[in-house]
Amino acid sequence: MTIKAIQEEIVDEFSMFEDWMQRYEYMIELGKSLPLIDEQYKTDDNIIKGCQSKVWVHAELDDDKLVFTADSDAVITKGIIAILIRAFSNQKPQDIIDANTDFIDEIGLKEHLSPTRANGLVSMIKQLKLYAVAYQTQLN
Amino acid sequence: MIKVGLDVAKIREDFPILKRKVNGHNLVYLDNAATSQTPRQVIDVIVDYYQRLNANIHRGVHTLSQEATDAYEQARIKIQKHFNIAKNHEVILTSGTTHSINIVANGFTSLLQKGDELLVSAMEHHSNIVPWQMLCERTGAVLKVIPMNNEGDLVMGEYHKLLSHNTKLVFCNHVSNALGTINPIKEIIEAAHQKGAAVLIDGAQAAPHIKADLQSLDVDFYTISAHKVCGPTGIGMLYGKESWLNKLPPYQGGGEMIAEVTFEKTTYADLPHKFEAGTPNICGGITFGAALDYMNAIGFEEIAAYEHELLHYATSELLKIEGLKIYGTAKNKTSVISFNIEGIHPYDMGTILDKLGIAVRTGHHCAQPIMDFYKIPGTVRASFCFYNTQEEVDVLVTAVKRAKNMLL
Repeated sequence: MTIKAIQEEIVDEFSMFEDWMQRYEYMIELGKSLPLIDEQYKTDDNIIKGCQSKVWVHAELDDDKLVFTADSDAVITKGIIAILIRAFSNQKPQDIIDANTDFIDEIGLKEHLSPTRANGLVSMIKQLKLYAVAYQTQLN
Repeated sequence: MIKVGLDVAKIREDFPILKRKVNGHNLVYLDNAATSQTPRQVIDVIVDYYQRLNANIHRGVHTLSQEATDAYEQARIKIQKHFNIAKNHEVILTSGTTHSINIVANGFTSLLQKGDELLVSAMEHHSNIVPWQMLCERTGAVLKVIPMNNEGDLVMGEYHKLLSHNTKLVFCNHVSNALGTINPIKEIIEAAHQKGAAVLIDGAQAAPHIKADLQSLDVDFYTISAHKVCGPTGIGMLYGKESWLNKLPPYQGGGEMIAEVTFEKTTYADLPHKFEAGTPNICGGITFGAALDYMNAIGFEEIAAYEHELLHYATSELLKIEGLKIYGTAKNKTSVISFNIEGIHPYDMGTILDKLGIAVRTGHHCAQPIMDFYKIPGTVRASFCFYNTQEEVDVLVTAVKRAKNMLL
């Protein structure tokens, strides 16, 4: 599936929820079921700066696709990471670079994009894209 | 049940923002240690200033300038009286506590030598740590830490041992922003003076709860921010004893702070203007005075007594929640509760509470050394003001339970 198709699928899923409670409960579930990053990658080097909770992201190339694993010490943050990984992992680096992220707004998580939340959703997206840029250079 | 000593319902009418809805709920504002809300009486002064008085001060001969100058200088006198300060030129109006501390830290650059010692308490806000670290880097002075214990009290025995004739400066907050501990500043000041050291007390968190008598404390420097006492942001006070302020060089150069300027040499203005370069926050200064008037009309003893009851009630209700731990259990504390629930990240708790209309602070509260001491990433901090109610405490407790069920 393309990133765009996955994002549309996520937006569809979230549109079924009637209120924020259900949305957050779903995100917490996603967070709890996030496939964990290998412990060896939970290093200070892999921490994303600008988050109130700790977020570790690791990326590696599988053939021509980039695979992300991640973890956080806060469960809502883990839920957000799970959504991002679902959209961006197992994709070609160039597609990740080109992808837009409006779906975050559409699934009602706009508040997490605000810099005052200091949870670093913006930093997370930036970091995923930076990894993609780095691996794209490698592929070239 | 809280015995109400204040007419809280009437007081709440003074604060338009408390009528706001947040995420469909009545706002429950419990982030007062970060900033307090502003009553209508203070907002009116801001509006009146721009509608009737706005002019630059201390220089115009025209009526508006003179009236604005009078109002600004009247505010300085209000602040002087509030803190029982001997001379009104010992009140320096700054942009806030951080600015105030930086004026002193910068001023001491020429007064310290390599090997001099500075003592800092373990429970300081970053604004009362970093300027001194920068001062140490400039001068070769050494920063030593007065430790705290598990309850969140300073270990005073260690403080007395750390003090020596090498100690030149001691700085400590009157009240800890992260824990609410009221520090024994009288003892700290007296002991430091016996060794010839100067003392700066950061009063930012004390000011909304305690009316400090600075002459009786005999403190050398005391700093506060107006936005903690129902005033506006961007204005605060540096109190310094005249003898110290005369010793310190100016922090910033510019207009207002000069006596005479030629290209060969400039002489500085007298106190307080020496430290007030540039056009000040005139409206802020006037409004700062109005905010103190507002709080004094309610009465600091009444405020403290009511907040103590709120703190006591909230503490006992929150502790009924299984797995909830309060950080900072000093006997003497202000109405601040820092807590976590086992297995729940404070950021997650804060996010859910916000969805329920409750404003709390989460994170390290700009006091990372305290979080390192407890080995936690941060806390959820609920801080209560005299306009908060018992019902709001109940809303908080219910919301914390609901968030706990969602998150665990």
